[in-house]
Amino acid sequence: MKLIYKNIEKDGCGSIGLVPEESEDMWHAYNLIAEGDAVTASTVRKVQTESSTGSSTSNRVRTTLTIRVESIDFDTQACVLRLKGRNIEENQYVKMGAYHTLDLEQNRKFILQKVLWDSVALDRVEAACDPTATADVAAVVMQEGLAHVCLITPSMTLVRSKIDVTIPRKRKGFVQQHEKGLNKFYDAVMQGILRHIDFNIVKCVILASPGFVKDQFFDYMMQQAIKTDNKLLIENKGKFLLVKASSGFKHSLKEVLQEPSVMAKISDTKAASEVKLLESFYTMLQLEPAKAFYGKKHVEKANEALALETLMISDKLFRCQDISKRKEYVALVDSARENGCDVRIFSSMHVSGEQLDQLTGIAAILRFPMPELEDSDLEGDSDVESD
Amino acid sequence: MARHRNVRNRSYSDDYDYDDVYGHSVEEDNCLSPSDTSQWMYDRSRNHQAISSFLENHNDIQEETEEEPLTEPSRPELDRRQSSDLRCLSLTEADEAKLLSCLDELRNILGDTVSENMLIQTVLSHKFDFNKALDALLSNDKNKPKQTEKIKEQSRAPPLVRIEPAKTVINVDKTPKVIATNNEPTTVGVIKGFKVEQDGSSGSRPQTPRDQSPTTEKSNQAPSKVKEKNDPNKQYSNERGSDKDHLYIVVIGHVDAGKSTLMGRLLCELGEVSQRTLHKYEQESKKIGKQSFMYAWVLDETGEERVRGITMDVGRAQFETKTKKVIILDAPGHADFIPNMITGAGQADVALLVVDATRGEFESGFELGGQTREHALLVRSLGISQLAVAVNKLDTTNWSEDRFNEIVTKLKIFLKQAGFKDSDITYVPCSGLTGENLVKPPNELELCKWYKGPCLLDVIDRCNVPVRPVSKPLRMSINDIFKSTGTGFCVAGRIENGILNKGDKVLVCPIKELAEVKGISINDLASNVAFAGDQVSVTLSGVDMQNVSVGNVLSDPVQQVPVSSRFEARLVVFNVKVPITKGYPILIHHQSLVESANIVKLKALLNKSTGEILKKKPRCLGNNSVAVVDIEVCRPICIERYKDVKELGRVMLRVAGVTIAAGLITDIYDT
Repeated sequence: MKLIYKNIEKDGCGSIGLVPEESEDMWHAYNLIAEGDAVTASTVRKVQTESSTGSSTSNRVRTTLTIRVESIDFDTQACVLRLKGRNIEENQYVKMGAYHTLDLEQNRKFILQKVLWDSVALDRVEAACDPTATADVAAVVMQEGLAHVCLITPSMTLVRSKIDVTIPRKRKGFVQQHEKGLNKFYDAVMQGILRHIDFNIVKCVILASPGFVKDQFFDYMMQQAIKTDNKLLIENKGKFLLVKASSGFKHSLKEVLQEPSVMAKISDTKAASEVKLLESFYTMLQLEPAKAFYGKKHVEKANEALALETLMISDKLFRCQDISKRKEYVALVDSARENGCDVRIFSSMHVSGEQLDQLTGIAAILRFPMPELEDSDLEGDSDVESD
Repeated sequence: MARHRNVRNRSYSDDYDYDDVYGHSVEEDNCLSPSDTSQWMYDRSRNHQAISSFLENHNDIQEETEEEPLTEPSRPELDRRQSSDLRCLSLTEADEAKLLSCLDELRNILGDTVSENMLIQTVLSHKFDFNKALDALLSNDKNKPKQTEKIKEQSRAPPLVRIEPAKTVINVDKTPKVIATNNEPTTVGVIKGFKVEQDGSSGSRPQTPRDQSPTTEKSNQAPSKVKEKNDPNKQYSNERGSDKDHLYIVVIGHVDAGKSTLMGRLLCELGEVSQRTLHKYEQESKKIGKQSFMYAWVLDETGEERVRGITMDVGRAQFETKTKKVIILDAPGHADFIPNMITGAGQADVALLVVDATRGEFESGFELGGQTREHALLVRSLGISQLAVAVNKLDTTNWSEDRFNEIVTKLKIFLKQAGFKDSDITYVPCSGLTGENLVKPPNELELCKWYKGPCLLDVIDRCNVPVRPVSKPLRMSINDIFKSTGTGFCVAGRIENGILNKGDKVLVCPIKELAEVKGISINDLASNVAFAGDQVSVTLSGVDMQNVSVGNVLSDPVQQVPVSSRFEARLVVFNVKVPITKGYPILIHHQSLVESANIVKLKALLNKSTGEILKKKPRCLGNNSVAVVDIEVCRPICIERYKDVKELGRVMLRVAGVTIAAGLITDIYDT
C-alpha cells in the first residue's frame, strides 16, 4: 500500500489517501474501512440520459464518487473489496443520496475519511505501508486423499485449492487400484501447485504431511517434471521444503509454522510469530492457569489491575458493526499499551487468528497471577460471547 | 400371469406408492367396468375411510373366499395403520388419548414383539389400565407358543408390515424431507411379497378379481414375509447358527514390535500362505536385504510398505481356529498412521497388543508418546474390552521369565488405568520370527520351564464374540470405496447394526441418497445376506461414486441415522501438553471418518468417578479431566447417541498427531 497523504486533525477526524498495490492491501483496506466512513474512489457507473424527445440512452462513464459506506463485502478468495453506500458529494452524473457500490481496485487511489482515526486504525495504515514486511510463502499440507494448497502472506493465509480424493485402500489383489488412486491424487496436487503458486513471488514452498506422503509426492512431482520437461518446477526445486505435519487439514499449518526449519526460512512473518504467541498462551494456561486469561471481561479486569503483559486480540473485533463496541476495544488496546503491554493484533485470516476468534477473540498473558479472576464467576458474560 | 410380468418389468428404483401397485394391477389387467372397480378397489383419494373400516363393511365378501380360513380375524389389516385402528374403534377423544399414552408406555417396554392390535385390544379390555394390560400381555406372550401355527404367524406378521407407526410419525415431524422415503419399506415389502408368490403358490391361484383385493393379498403375503425377511434374529440363527462365529481381531502395538511378522508367521503356521508365495517373499526380501521382513510381507502388500519395512494401512487376513473364524486386522504401529489404526480398531471385536520384549525397545514403546500406550488407550476408548497381550521377541532375552514378569507387571498397572479389567487380559510369551508358542505349545526348553499357559492361537480361540445387534435398524459405516470388476462400485465397511440383504434399498448418509444393494461379499465370498458385525463389501447402484466418501454411513431408509454438524459429548481428556479451551481446533475420528472440528463450548467439568458436576463452564480442561462439551464439525456427519448405537456414538479427538481425548456422544443438535 502506498500512502499518498495523511490529513488528520487534532481531534482525530480527517482523511487519508491510499493506493493499494497488491491483493493483500485489500485486506488491510477491509480492516480500515468501517461503516459510516466516507470513501472517495474512481468508479464506473451506468448513466441513463433522456433526450428531449423522450428516448433514453445509457452509457458507462468513469467518474469519481464519494459515498458514505453502509455495507462492506470482502471476497477472501479473489481479494475484492466492495463498498456499498449513498453518494454524498455532488456529481455530474450521480444524484446525491443515490446508491452506488464501489469496487476498490488495485493501483487506483482512494481516499478514506473517518470521523475518528483511532490508534488501531493508524497502526494498520502504518503496517500496510511497510514494504519490508512482505514475504510470500506457499504451503501444501496433505495426507493421503486430502490436500490444501495455501498461500501465506504476512496478514493472510489463503486456501487456494482444496483437493479431496478418495483413494481405495490396499486389499488383497487390488493393490494397483490403491496406487492408481494415489497417483491421481498426486497429479491433482501438482496441478494445484502449478496453477496457484507463482514461483516469481514465492520464496519457498512448504510440503507438509504425515508419514511419507510428502516424500512420495515430491518424488512423483519431480519425475513428472522431468518427464514433461517442466522447466518451472525443475528450476525451483530448491524452493521446496519438506516438513512433517500431523494431517492434511488446514489447521495443521500451525504445526508447520512452528517447525524450526520453516521459521528460519520465513523469519518474522506475522503468521509464525502469532502461532508462537498463541502457543505460549496455551502453555501458560497449562502451567499457571492464573496467569492466562481469555474473554473480554477477564482481560478488562486484568488490565485494570495493570497486569497485562501480552495482549492478543483478533482484528475481527475491530471490524464489528457496533461503533461503541469498537471504541471499547480500542480503549482497551490503548490503555494496555500505555501500561507497557505488548499488544498483538492477530489477523483473523491466519490459522492462529481463526483459533483466537473461536476463543472469544481476546486473550492475555499476565505479569503476575490473578487467582481471584479465576474464581470470579462471569457466567452471563461468557454466555453472550459464545453465542 | 400378466400381472407378474408387469411387476417384473417395473423399475424398482422409482419411488412409487404402495397404493399404486394395487391400483394398476386391477385396472390394467382385469378390464373391469368402472363401477366394478369402485366396488372392489380401495382408492384412498376417493374414499377417505381407512382400509379396515372398508373391510368391515364388506365382511361377507371376505368370508366367501375359499382360501381364507374362517377363523382368521381381521387383525392384520388393522395393524396397517395406526389411524385406522383408532378410527374404527369409535372412541371418545379422551379415551383415545388415554389409549395412545398407554400404547406408548407399552411400546417402551415390549418393543415390537407384540402387534399393535394386540396392544390396543388388551388396553381396551383392561380399561386403559397400563399395569394390568402389561401383565395380561406378558402372560399372553408365554401362552402364545401353544396356539396353532397359523395364529402364531398371524400375530407375528403385522410388526413386519407395520413400520412402527409411532416412530415414523416423529421422524416426519423432525425432518419433513423424510416423507418421500417413508413409503419405501412398504413398497419393498410388497415387492418381496410378489416375488415369493412367484416362487410358490402363485401358479395355482385363481385369477379372480376377488383375489386381488387388498384383503386376500395381504393375508397371503404376511406369513411368507415372516420367514423371508422380518425376523432378523431368526434369520441370523438360520444362516449363522451352524457356522463358526466370526471374530475380528485388531493387532496393535508400537512400531517395530513385530505385529505384521507375528501375524504373518501365524498365518504360515496355519497353512494359509502357500509355500510358493512364502519362498518368493523370502527370495525377494533377501534381495533388498531385509530378510527378517519376509513374514511381514504376507500382510504388507504395497511396494511402499515393503521397501520401508513398516505397515502403513490396515492389512487383513483370515484363518480358522477350533471354534471361530478369525479375521485379523493388522494395524500400523507408526505414529503417523494412527488414523488408519483407528479405522482398523473401529471394526474389531477384540485386540491383540504386541509388545517388544527386547530391552530398551519395550521401554521406548511404553514411555510417554510411545504407541503401546496410545494404542491401548485408543482401543479401549473404541469400546474393545478384551485384550490379549503377546510379549514378542522373547527369544532375544533367552526366554527370561524375569523379563516377562517385569513387562507384565508394568503393563498390568497401565492397562488397569486405561480401563481394562484384569480378567479380560491374557499375557502370552512368544516369538514371531521363530514361531515359538504361536499355534503349538512351546518346544523351547527355557520357556517350557516356567510357562504353562496356552499358546497364542488358543488365547485367540478363547475370546468371546460379542452379541451382534442384528435386530436394530441397519447402520454400516464405509471405510473404503473402490471400483469392482462388474458394474457399479463397491463400498467396504462393517455393519454395526441390523442386517443387509441383497436387493435392499439403503440410504447413503449424510448425502441422503437412495441406493440399491446389488451384491454383498463377506471376506471375498459372495453372499445374499450380511449381519451386524460382518466386514462386507457391498456393490451399490443408484448413486454416483463421486458422491460417496469414506466415513459415510449406509442407513435404513426409514429409521435413518441422524445427520448433524453439532453435538454434545462427554470427554475423557488424556495426557495433553496444552489444555483444551473453547475454540480449540481438533480432528475428530469417528469410525473411519476424519474431519476437522472445533470445541465450541465447554459446558461442565465432571467428577471422574461420580459424574457429578464440579464446575459449570470451566475455562479450560486439563489432564485427565472428564467434561461435557459441545463440538462443531466443519460439515455434517452421521452420528448416533452413544446410548442408541455404541459404535457410532464414539469419537476420538486428536491434535497434532496426538490423541487428546475420547468422547461419547450424549446429544445431537439439529442443524
